Amino acid sequence: MEKLIVKNLNHHYGFTSILENINFELNKGQVLSIVGPSGGGKTTLMHLCADLIDVQEGNIKNSFTSSSFAFQESRLLPWKNVIDNIALGLKAQKISTKMAQVRAKKIALRFGLEEIDFDKFPKDLSGGMRQRVSFARALVTKPSLLFLDEPFSALDIGLKKELQSLLIEMIDKKELSVLFITHDLMEAIRLSDEILLLKADPGRIVKKFKYDLPQSKRDDKFVYSQSAKILQDEEIIDTFELELK
Amino acid sequence: MKFVFKILKDFPSYLWSGWGAIASIFLFFACWDLGYQIYGELVLPSPLETLSTLWVMSHNDSVIEDAKITLYRAFFGFGLSVLFGSILGLIAGLFATASIMSRPIVTILVGMPPIAWIVLAMIWFGMGDFTVIFTVVVASFPIVFVGALQGTRTLEGDLKEMGKSFKLPLHVKFLDIYFPHIFSYIFPAWVAALGMAWKIVVMAELLSTSDGIGAALAVARSHLDTPTALALVVIMISSMMFIEYIILEPIKREVELWRN
Ligand SMILES: Nc1ncnc2c1ncn2[C@@H]1O[C@H](COP(=O)(O)OP(=O)(O)O)[C@@H](O)[C@H]1O
Ligand SMILES: [Mg+2]
Repeated sequence: MEKLIVKNLNHHYGFTSILENINFELNKGQVLSIVGPSGGGKTTLMHLCADLIDVQEGNIKNSFTSSSFAFQESRLLPWKNVIDNIALGLKAQKISTKMAQVRAKKIALRFGLEEIDFDKFPKDLSGGMRQRVSFARALVTKPSLLFLDEPFSALDIGLKKELQSLLIEMIDKKELSVLFITHDLMEAIRLSDEILLLKADPGRIVKKFKYDLPQSKRDDKFVYSQSAKILQDEEIIDTFELELK
Repeated sequence: MKFVFKILKDFPSYLWSGWGAIASIFLFFACWDLGYQIYGELVLPSPLETLSTLWVMSHNDSVIEDAKITLYRAFFGFGLSVLFGSILGLIAGLFATASIMSRPIVTILVGMPPIAWIVLAMIWFGMGDFTVIFTVVVASFPIVFVGALQGTRTLEGDLKEMGKSFKLPLHVKFLDIYFPHIFSYIFPAWVAALGMAWKIVVMAELLSTSDGIGAALAVARSHLDTPTALALVVIMISSMMFIEYIILEPIKREVELWRN
């Protein structure tokens, strides 16, 4: 069984403690969200999980067979056009360049990019388009575990919903596990099997929420009623005190 | 390959954009002719006379021989600078200590007037090929070195991390992530170094050899043969312009298309 296990994780930059005693598990086919205020250490936690920075204290075990990462700040290669950027993710796999292009184009279209954008360089794209390219680059590899660091933050409502449904479709087939960062509570409720509430200074998990209803069965009513319920929670009010006022 | 094709495809439209440049060249010729009418032939021969001298010279074997020698020296020196400047710059850029230590040396190399190098080289190596090539290398090497150093120093950690997250193989990381960035620094440095090499080679020849365009220029000066001197200057400038505008600029445009 593929799994990500985080145990007693601590992290500091210099003398500042960023993460304190983090524990959680992510199983195959699950979506785990980390919700919390910005500066709380969410990105740091995810980079640790993805083995992009070294663990200082504690343990992370990742037995997923493949993974990919969509970064908060898209991180596209400025000298490559949209399609070549997306196809980059496939270069670690044994796929012909031609096939990689075909797959990149297919997924680009699914992600709401248009044919006239294919040859554009990142400098000529809007923030939302860059995020879509970055998201597509992560998904084109068909990873078993997907790291998503606020991938929808620069998108408008319509597109956000569209990409969320794409994600839900894949989650439903149980072919994808996701570690998801967001500061949008409703988004987390729509997508997650479990939500971890990360409080800042230092980053620590103060609450966990579980949802059993399959994502595809969650309608707006479910999301609204669950949000309303969560928002009465003392910890949530405390953690988000700045964001909600 | 695709890249070369694209440069060739965009070439006609690039040439078409050159009308403004041509107009300004003609304006320059007009001013030149005006200077001739005011100061007379001995000081400033007319463009027409200069060009006809140039025409005669272009059928003269010894002039062609001189041009070849100069070209050889310039490109040999430039080639050495590119080779060693690029490699050493890359290496220095990879190590913080090496880049800090190389800075004062680069400052000395850049700050030292080329004429001083020529004098030293003449003392060390005597008159001849080696002196000229040495001077060319010394003058253009630091330019390439600094370009390569900066290109390597400014590689973005964010993009490296991205490459790591996709577990890209080393050759892909190098070709797709490091190389384009470094190249965008190193290529302009090559262009600048070539310009430098071309200027220095003539100066060094004028002082330290008996062949090459620079030496021919010295002979023309001693005979007060102004048309020949000017014709030689025209050769130097037009060849520089050819290399810069017809060869390098179109490449640079394609290379830097992604920049804003
Ligand atoms: N490389 C780093 N060096 C020092 N401090 C850092 C570094 N990366 C992040 N931090 C600090 O760690 C804290 C958490 O950052 P981050 O993980 O990006 O939070 P979030 O993603 O929740 O907004 C911030 O205060 C940030 O300034
Ligand atoms: Mg973040």
